[in-house]
Amino acid sequence: MNRAGFMTWLKDHFQRLSDDLLSGLPAGEDVVLNLEAEDSLFLRFNANRVRQNTEVEQIVLSLRLQKDGRSTQISRTLSGRFERDRDLGLALLREAREEIRALPADPHLVPLKNHGTSNAEFPGQLPEAAALVESVAATAAGSDLAGIFASGAVVSANRNSRGQNHWFASESFSLDYSLYDGRKAAKGLHAGPRWSEVEWKSNLDRTREQLLVLRRPVVAVKPGRYRSYLAPAAVSEILFTLSWGALSASAWKQGQSPFRKFADGEKTFSPKLHLRENFGLGLAPAFNGFGEVAPTVVNLIEGGERRELLTSSRSAKEFGLSSNAAGDGEAPRSPEILPGRLEEKNALKELGTGLYLSNLHYLNWSDPASARLTGMTRYACCWVENGEIVGPIKDLRFDESLYDAFGPKLIDLTTHAEIDPDVMTYGARQLGGRRVPGMLIDDWTFTL
Amino acid sequence: MKNSSEIAEKWLQGARQSADWVGVRFIREKTSSRTVRNDLPERNQSFIDEGAMVEVMADGHLGYAATADLSAEGLQRAFERALRTTRAAARHKAFAFSPAVRPKAAGHYRSPRRLPLDQASLAEITDVLTAATAAMKISGRIVNRSANAMLVSTESRFLSSNGSDVRQDFDMVLLNIMATAVDGRETQTRSSGGLNSLGNQIGAEIFNRDDFRRDGERLGREAEELLRADNCPEERTDVIIMPDQMMLQIHESIGHPLELDRILGDERNYAGWSFVKPEDFGNLRYGSALMNVTFDPGRHGQLASYAFDDSGHAATREFLIKDGLLLRGLGSLESQERAGLPGVANFRSSSWNRAPIDRMANINLEPGAFTLEEMIASVEKGVLMTSNRSWSIDDERNKFQFGCEHARLIEDGRLTKTLKNPNYRGLTVDFWNRLTAVGSADLVGTYGTAYCGKGEPNQAIRVGHASPPCLFRGVEIFGGAS
Repeated sequence: MNRAGFMTWLKDHFQRLSDDLLSGLPAGEDVVLNLEAEDSLFLRFNANRVRQNTEVEQIVLSLRLQKDGRSTQISRTLSGRFERDRDLGLALLREAREEIRALPADPHLVPLKNHGTSNAEFPGQLPEAAALVESVAATAAGSDLAGIFASGAVVSANRNSRGQNHWFASESFSLDYSLYDGRKAAKGLHAGPRWSEVEWKSNLDRTREQLLVLRRPVVAVKPGRYRSYLAPAAVSEILFTLSWGALSASAWKQGQSPFRKFADGEKTFSPKLHLRENFGLGLAPAFNGFGEVAPTVVNLIEGGERRELLTSSRSAKEFGLSSNAAGDGEAPRSPEILPGRLEEKNALKELGTGLYLSNLHYLNWSDPASARLTGMTRYACCWVENGEIVGPIKDLRFDESLYDAFGPKLIDLTTHAEIDPDVMTYGARQLGGRRVPGMLIDDWTFTL
Repeated sequence: MKNSSEIAEKWLQGARQSADWVGVRFIREKTSSRTVRNDLPERNQSFIDEGAMVEVMADGHLGYAATADLSAEGLQRAFERALRTTRAAARHKAFAFSPAVRPKAAGHYRSPRRLPLDQASLAEITDVLTAATAAMKISGRIVNRSANAMLVSTESRFLSSNGSDVRQDFDMVLLNIMATAVDGRETQTRSSGGLNSLGNQIGAEIFNRDDFRRDGERLGREAEELLRADNCPEERTDVIIMPDQMMLQIHESIGHPLELDRILGDERNYAGWSFVKPEDFGNLRYGSALMNVTFDPGRHGQLASYAFDDSGHAATREFLIKDGLLLRGLGSLESQERAGLPGVANFRSSSWNRAPIDRMANINLEPGAFTLEEMIASVEKGVLMTSNRSWSIDDERNKFQFGCEHARLIEDGRLTKTLKNPNYRGLTVDFWNRLTAVGSADLVGTYGTAYCGKGEPNQAIRVGHASPPCLFRGVEIFGGAS
């Protein structure tokens, strides 16, 4: 497929294919179809040079059949050739009918409905591989850059036998990279729908400036409690970890949520903390795998108090709750933490003496009952005295309850919030992202 | 798969004229995930993932294009894309590879199994999983009971312009069975082998109803037992780690730091670098003299067993660490050329849509001579920990912190009371040098996970780890909030 016409071609392909699959279903059968597709270029760099180049064109069709209070879902890759894909789709339907017969009834199954129609397309202007390779090699010359450039179209679409029809397609790029000076490194991310050489150079220059600071002598910092400023990228790592059940109604009801005490009303966070799902950011489609459309804004934490938990229609039915059209896993898809009152330019001054943390790494719940999170500092993390950076630190392990860090220890959040687009590519390029401010936190606990 | 391979054999004849080397790797993989929760069907999903990765070598550089259009036209289009971009990238290539990184290979591998996976019907699997969740219900405090089986059947074929023809077919089953108990403010979960850790190459014979029922009953009982348990103390003490946590310890603090592509810097922007330097091979005392670690892709039934890696390199068992001394890294033929170091056959991709990179396969701690009773008896005060529930380590694989689901206190050489929320932390080389006793061969537990994440673009791959229980002296342990 030619990259330029991928979204237009695929839209027609999916509509024709789904017309054929959804027409003629017998009474009592309902089907929902999901399409996830990409036409992507990946260029992997090490020391400014190309380690591997990979191009991936893939289209995955998922067919979910519901009948007699039972359901099953079968997915497969499609070839892109219509006759072949129609045969493959019909084979999925036959197999699903076979499986349904073998299953017991599912009392929590939610009947399919028509959840409407939507169409969102975000075309971009993306560089050719050859031009991009030349650009990175030239602009990063003299530095040691490692990272990944990813670009192309990503599509998510949904139709069902009740008439709903959703289409979301975007073209974008991301250059997710690290600049190294010996063992020290600063992190950069340049992303958007339109590639600009000027903006790329400016982005790289900012990361180089961070790296310069790391040339100062390393400051030895012992484990202990330190007032800490978490830059937006560090806060984003924490927010990502909340997708592991913390905000899920189903996880709460199953005893699996690390925010169980918060959900039960036993714990609250700082009145300064506001967390919401905001599809107005345009980072991800508001429809889920059933085609249900979430409200543009879902308030999850307001002034430190519990508002809604992410609740799928299935969880709503099982536990007697109200659905807010969360996805199957009830993880946030477009979350944001609202800004506070701390001017970013004053962040170091307000930090005074303590740690500036640019990034965090490998977070995990170490004591889910107390929402205690552990992880490492990474990249440009520095010791600060009297509002001035003294020098980089050796990476430290933290182990801290979010009831404390996002509770009484939370001093303020910055007035500026940054969008951190999702650059994960497990299986395929992902849609979504987060918008987060920086956070100033007192007595952050470091253990190793 | 057969038709696609025939098409590819003819197509390769033409494509080989335009590049220094051409390969194509076909994958057809069916994954079925069956979940029962609280005795009811929760989720039934299958995914047929089928496509081909076309690989070209031009000007000493290797590049890739993946397509699910397996017609001759589809393969040709992918080949032209790969060739165009590879030629452009070759002007700024990381390394000029020799043809030796793609040896001619021919052979066939099939997973050991007694019964083909498709001989287990959906109804039978649902019944077995339901038997497990029903058995967990030992009291009203067990609020959540779930059992998931993931069945994976993979057919792969690799053909190349220098005559390689490798077929490898895998049958795998991964299980995730767990019970959660709640009493007031206390919540505890027990799972079979820890989270996402129970996986092997095996057939439908695994679905034995009695085994699942027994496991379910044990998990329910242990989850409830944890509700009444004391917190793990905070102190420096001796720790016996059972195989279902040794798996994670091996994975994070041996497997990843020994990957040569990490040491060469490829992973610096994502998974991270490594504290291990090229000059450490042959010199670094990684652990005590009891520490023997192998790369063993030939172990019967282990999750990441295979005969060839994705470059066509024949897989053999190799010692990575012998008597505590670091000998060899986890590096493919490409990494071996780049680093000038010995390696293994570990160039692996997660599927048809990703390029191979250096991965773990089966990384195993070889057994020693101790019985579990002897290890326990040798401890005056300590803790025995089971089943991973939390894991975190720094980007150079040095400072780690791991948590388990279940622990027992050891006092005066005897197991006494149950402890909840056990955690421990340490530094990799210091920790492995505290290894004081290694369990015997009959105590070896074999585990595997499908979720080892690494690479740009990202790839989650299956790895296996086998180990006996091990005793470590003087480890920093701690519990949860009281």
